Amino acid sequence: MVELTLPPNSRVQPGVTHPAPEGATRTKTFKIYRWSPDDGQNPRMDEYTIDLDKCGPMVLDAMIHIKNDIDSTLTFRRSCREGICGSCAANIDGTNTLSCLKPIDEIKGDVKIYPLPHMKVVKDLVPDLTLAYAQLASIKPWLQSQTPPPPDRERLQSPEERAKLDGLYECILCFCCSTSCPSYWWNTERYLGPAVLLQAYRWIVDSRDEMTGERLDNLEDPFRLYRCHTIMNCTRTCPKGLNPAKAIAEIKKMMVTRRV
Amino acid sequence: MPKAYEFIDHTYDVIVVGAGGAGLRATFGMAEKGLKTACITKVFPTRSHTVAAQGGISAALGNMGEDDWRWHMYDTIKGSDWLGDQDAIEYMCREAMPAVIELEHYGVPFSRTPDGKIYQRPFGGMTTHFGEGIAQRTCAAADRTGHAILHTLYQQSLKHQAEFFIEYFAIDLMMDDKGVCRGVVAWNLDDGTLHRFRAHQVVMATGGYGRTYFSCTSAHTCTGDGNAMALRAGLPLQDMEFIQFHPTGVYGAGCLITEGVRGEGGYVTNGNGERFMERYAPHAKDLASRDVVSRSMTIEIREGRGCGPLKDHIHLHLEHLDPKVIHERLPGIAETARVFAGVDVTKAPIPVLPTAHYNMGGIPTNFRAEVINPTASDPDATVQGLMAIGEAACVSVHGANRLGSNSLLDLVVFGRAAAQRAAELVRPDSPHRELPPDMGDLALARLDRFRHAKGDVRTADLRLEMQKIMQSECTVFRTGESLAEGQRKIRAAWAKRDRLNVTDTSLVWNSDLVETLELDNLMYQAVAALDCAANRTESRGAHAREDYPQRDDVNWLKHSTVWIDEKGATKLGTRPVHLHTLTDEVKAVPPKARVY
Repeated sequence: MVELTLPPNSRVQPGVTHPAPEGATRTKTFKIYRWSPDDGQNPRMDEYTIDLDKCGPMVLDAMIHIKNDIDSTLTFRRSCREGICGSCAANIDGTNTLSCLKPIDEIKGDVKIYPLPHMKVVKDLVPDLTLAYAQLASIKPWLQSQTPPPPDRERLQSPEERAKLDGLYECILCFCCSTSCPSYWWNTERYLGPAVLLQAYRWIVDSRDEMTGERLDNLEDPFRLYRCHTIMNCTRTCPKGLNPAKAIAEIKKMMVTRRV
Repeated sequence: MPKAYEFIDHTYDVIVVGAGGAGLRATFGMAEKGLKTACITKVFPTRSHTVAAQGGISAALGNMGEDDWRWHMYDTIKGSDWLGDQDAIEYMCREAMPAVIELEHYGVPFSRTPDGKIYQRPFGGMTTHFGEGIAQRTCAAADRTGHAILHTLYQQSLKHQAEFFIEYFAIDLMMDDKGVCRGVVAWNLDDGTLHRFRAHQVVMATGGYGRTYFSCTSAHTCTGDGNAMALRAGLPLQDMEFIQFHPTGVYGAGCLITEGVRGEGGYVTNGNGERFMERYAPHAKDLASRDVVSRSMTIEIREGRGCGPLKDHIHLHLEHLDPKVIHERLPGIAETARVFAGVDVTKAPIPVLPTAHYNMGGIPTNFRAEVINPTASDPDATVQGLMAIGEAACVSVHGANRLGSNSLLDLVVFGRAAAQRAAELVRPDSPHRELPPDMGDLALARLDRFRHAKGDVRTADLRLEMQKIMQSECTVFRTGESLAEGQRKIRAAWAKRDRLNVTDTSLVWNSDLVETLELDNLMYQAVAALDCAANRTESRGAHAREDYPQRDDVNWLKHSTVWIDEKGATKLGTRPVHLHTLTDEVKAVPPKARVY
């Protein structure tokens, strides 16, 4: 008989419960995914009930409050706390977003926090993003041109040409979008994912870049580009309000028009 | 050496520590010149705090009106309250134009003028004709210029296939008994391994120490690790008392609202709705230098003219601006104001406060980015094998007060200068001397001590204690009394380092231990800042002493230097300011009264 087993660490156990501090009147419970590579244990969900009066308004504030005052072993990335560095992305209340931009009071009931889905976990809420970074490098995300730029002044670009980069260059590489995409979950190794395709399109439409043909050739592949099935999770989840799905659609359109 | 640890050894021509704007510019500049280069960084490069710079990068391109790099140089000297080294300032302002053009050629998505050139906006303290008119000198990519530049520099690093060691936390420098820097010890957070990086040159690009303050615009990771490493290596820091308070941090959250808001026509008002900057800076008004605006706001609040029910903040207005201008040029701060202040900037003002923002002081260097360790006979003596750039360095181009949009410029100009100097000093693949066998043991001992710290003081509690001390005693205005109080309290806090407690003992992504090491680094810099501030009995730039309200050029037209030993004892000194220029294409600017 076929024996079916889940991959290691799939089964998440109940964890430690930290009750509300005495005298707290306004409380909220955070259920946070914990896993350490050191102890050979399965992941667990630790529960922390915190006093909201001791904590700032954002989910990141709560995570920092827990680390500072309740459990200093809780591990997560964070840096700018204002939504521009992209460090603190996690799956919060079922949606990938930046902890620093997510107000606690937008969440009904307990707050569940998991690492970005379907990525290898290094520890607790820290995912391994090595592959995503390598995929970014694979699309050669830098300006390429054959014509040398004028030696002592800028290349000219009209405001209209520059406006085409709006909604693209602002990406902060948090990978909320890619890790929300079922196609990326199933074909992580071969599908580039929405974050990287958004970057690819950013260079394709830059009027200063002269490698549009080569860039499209590189994407003309059943997996790298065409695993996008317009599920649209990427656009729905982007904490910066960008639209990777539209960028991917534009690339697909360019693929068609260059054939006719 | 504790037996539990083993080193993995690496050998490079050059090691860059830090991957912000300066570190990246140096890294690929060195790789481009054929040097075997590695960059070690505690965060992925695009997470570095350069990413949060908003308003722009200054360069006298003259795209939006007449301009001249000599005017830029004059403004920077005046902004520095004459504490900046004029040879270095000349170098920076002259190199600004090619440096920004180079950024455009790399692909930075600058905003554009109707004729397709780089868009430039007015910024505080930036003038034409030596203080006469208002210059439009600050090159901008909307209000996300730091993000645009940092990502572009990372892209160039990928293009040049520079080698990165990402999420490696640098612990300490390796200095030999001749005072030569031989490399750096780092800890790989990802797998817990420890590494010795041997190099002919080590470049510190580790940023500022904004997190010594309770409220700051700086990221959680701005802990000035390199500055503390320099101190532990027996080297001095310079001008540590000069800490810039940005006039417009969001009230409460502390997030930055760019000076570009005022550059685009925004202004500040007090609780009476008065545009009070007209009283303090009749000529430049809202576009006076940052130290001037921060002091004016503080006085308004102190004298009972603040905004809100507690009269404890100031209002920044943009609701009179064309929504199209906000959408095109200030979209990021509109979002920040909405999220962190709950304000729709097209309808209501943003509540703001002066907020700790930038460290003018740091590791002293010359304009070639070489680190200086002054001796009795040579105040400009360099340290072999060590460079510093960016906010970690004190070149000094910012002196006592940095002008807005001069810091992104500082990063790329001196990042590039470091690459050029390294190429002169180091022959690619030249042989290395053997490292003394105990090299790196001190760093390991430090790591091990904190890893097994089982005292009764929580890292977060001691950090908060330090931050509150700095916030109350070392702020926009200082007095001898407040600083003495600060010195007393910070030493009491310093002593608690021996009683710290680290719960997580793992070596894999132990952020409990990282935060403790960072706190230790911050403590050195808090001590340095307070001791230097108490010592400087004058007011200059960002250092405003109420008991010494005048600038004192007779006694204090000089840099402060500070050494700290492992017990927290400081040794203070001074270094002459370079009041000469680099070339004869421009005249030095002798000190005069600083009025805006």
